[in-house]
Amino acid sequence: MITIASLVILLPFLAAAAGLLGSRFPRRPRSVTPPEAGDRTAPQPGASEPRTSEIDASEPGTSSVGTSRVALTPDADANRRAAWIAVVPTAISAALAIWLAYATWAAGRGGIESPAPAGPGAQGAIDGVSATFAVIETGSVPISVGLLVDGLAASIAVLVGVVALAVQVYSVGYMRGDRRYPSYSSFISLFTSAMLLVVYAADLLVLYVGWEIMGLCSYLLVGHWWEDRANSRAAIKAFLVTRIGDVGFLFGIFVLGTAAGSFRIADVIAKVPEMSSGTLIAATMLLLAGVAGKSAQVPLHVWLPDAMAGPTPISALIHAATMVAAGIFVVARLYPAFLGAQPTLDILAVLAALGMLGAALAALAQDDLKRVLAYSTISQLAYMAGALAAGSRSAAVFHLITHGAFKALLFLCAGAVIHAVGSNLMSMMGGLRRDLPVTFAAMTIGFAALVGLPPASGFFSKDEVLVAIERSLSSGSLTGAAALLLYGCALTTVAVTGAYATRAWLRTFFGQRAPQPHPLPELQPASGTPHAVQTAVPPAAYTAVHEAPATMRWPILVLAVPALLLGLVRVGDVHWGTAALGLAVALLGAGVVYAAWRSDSMRDPARLLGPFRAPCERAFYVDSLYAGLFVRPTLLLASLVARTDSRVVDGAVRGSGQATLGLARLVRLAQNGNAQLYITGLLAGVLLIAAWAVIFR
Amino acid sequence: MHVVYPAVVSALLFSIGVYGVLARRNTILVLMSVELMLNAVNLNLVVFDVWLRDRLHSGQVLTLFVIVIAAAEVGLGLAIILALYRNRRTVDLDRLRSLSDSTDPAPSGSSDPVPPGKTDPVPAGETDTRQGDAS
Repeated sequence: MITIASLVILLPFLAAAAGLLGSRFPRRPRSVTPPEAGDRTAPQPGASEPRTSEIDASEPGTSSVGTSRVALTPDADANRRAAWIAVVPTAISAALAIWLAYATWAAGRGGIESPAPAGPGAQGAIDGVSATFAVIETGSVPISVGLLVDGLAASIAVLVGVVALAVQVYSVGYMRGDRRYPSYSSFISLFTSAMLLVVYAADLLVLYVGWEIMGLCSYLLVGHWWEDRANSRAAIKAFLVTRIGDVGFLFGIFVLGTAAGSFRIADVIAKVPEMSSGTLIAATMLLLAGVAGKSAQVPLHVWLPDAMAGPTPISALIHAATMVAAGIFVVARLYPAFLGAQPTLDILAVLAALGMLGAALAALAQDDLKRVLAYSTISQLAYMAGALAAGSRSAAVFHLITHGAFKALLFLCAGAVIHAVGSNLMSMMGGLRRDLPVTFAAMTIGFAALVGLPPASGFFSKDEVLVAIERSLSSGSLTGAAALLLYGCALTTVAVTGAYATRAWLRTFFGQRAPQPHPLPELQPASGTPHAVQTAVPPAAYTAVHEAPATMRWPILVLAVPALLLGLVRVGDVHWGTAALGLAVALLGAGVVYAAWRSDSMRDPARLLGPFRAPCERAFYVDSLYAGLFVRPTLLLASLVARTDSRVVDGAVRGSGQATLGLARLVRLAQNGNAQLYITGLLAGVLLIAAWAVIFR
Repeated sequence: MHVVYPAVVSALLFSIGVYGVLARRNTILVLMSVELMLNAVNLNLVVFDVWLRDRLHSGQVLTLFVIVIAAAEVGLGLAIILALYRNRRTVDLDRLRSLSDSTDPAPSGSSDPVPPGKTDPVPAGETDTRQGDAS
């Protein structure tokens, strides 16, 4: 079983190595391929478009690498090889993960344990299969390189494997002709491997290794189109913000590990009852920093919307379904420790409450379809965090899995829409349901799941989360105020979720398209959304909207099935009262937006927010706040240091040089070319020596 | 005659020579001053040869030696001065400053009053000699 698990992890890793090293291997002679323009922006507005229009469209972005273009022209063979190298191992890996999950369930270790609100340690004790391959002696606490397969790990691994496979297949179509496709697909493989390592890790430091590789891959993939300055900045932002959290995370691991005397997760959890509450609070608070960074929770959520600058499949894989779920997963993994630290849970609850409502409101005002989904992701992750804070791990993990499915589906659909329209902005869309019937159907399922409409998976998982939060009101696992805040925000967010999902759905697929498309750059909002798609839409392509190619359609269809049906496995656990309440609230939100849209289908229903709209669109100015509070002082300090370096340190070096030159100029005055002067000097020297010899001998 | 008198004369002669070498501008006069110094030495050699009553008269032999060398030196020196004059049209030592630091603007510019290529009385073969010191 452990062998299978290690295979699941290793296969994508090997694929990444092979893809990076081998896919370009027999190189085509370069002179054969003329530079082919228009390949940088993968979602081309219609493949049937004449090439010339695309050259115009993408030339500004590519001019910065103009000199090296010939070497970078897409190598179709290399891309095809890279696609095979990427897809096949991921497929095998996903199949093995599914088999592993099946075996785990069959062995009776299955499922996500039902909540048992007893003391810490009672819930979530590890009873999976684990094995240690090697123990690294560090002098104090050894690191044991090992894997652990239990119900939690197996089910999340299935999610990761399936979504990664879908994304890999989808990318083949979406990134067709991209000249960096081989490295792109390799990074996805590497990412998949790292996430699976996080999921299966039996040791906290092994988990941390995967955790960091994911951060790296996220950076690399967000910045895939780095020729655009905004994209590379978004990548750096994502990297830095998550890194802030990771520092806390690492120290949290250290605190837990030294307190337990072992980094093995099972040992740590077994030792939790013996730890002092101070240790637990410190450790979980530090871990929470990492969780907030990776899962984009409130103080550190700012990177996620900007990370939408990456290609859409990346948004689906990393920033919706898997990587952001890693934070939630870690909390679930170490849940007994969190249960032992009451203040941490309270803080988690408050952060989740703020995050879910704030992000949902921000999603309501965005015009960029991908940013709507990004804020929605933050909001849904906050639901999971809320469920964890409320004491129900199973609800959180269930919502994590369903959310992974339907959010990946939504992102892939959004990618198909963007591919067809050539723009991220919803003001450029509308009336697409006739042109994109498959995407429309799939995305409707996704939105239904997001809102929580009954047959779709989101209904069941969100119901469980709401029930858990409701229960925390009475059970007292949270401080009263925090629980009340969480419950209120959760219910409000259900309504807002309904509203923004309806808005996005209506504005994308209904009504009619904006009368005259403007060139995109002028339409970009002032908030500086880093758009993945920079292709201006030529008017000819405007009407030629068509369904995405098969490699993109199939993953959408495959993901639509779990997004629709996954909830039915827990149909017995539905609390119909809470479910009805949630549904009613969601429909209320959706209805308000629908009414506004019906009255004037050309205008954005976000106008309902009134004066509140601008803050929502800017996500409550958190970015500006951080820019003022942290970024600018840091830059000031950096420039101060740089100036000190150039003035003081370099000044000393340059000054000594200048001083030497000045002295030399002084001495050079003697060197005036007059031989008689030299002889005079010689004679004076001789006289001096003679006098000295006479006087002092 | 006491030995002091010729010694003083030779010292005076030597000092005059030193002064001439250090202070005169004309290269030929500098050469002549060198001769003065040599002759002061000759005088000393002869005087001390006599005063010490040297059986081998090594002082006088050495004097003859110096005279021969001085003759050769003068021949060589005059040839150099002649070549210098042909190249530079001057034998003024103050204006022959090719040895000075070239970035120093003041003295080096004046060392070569005649632009190269216009020193036509020189045969073609001899123009090569100044390429080294023009810098």
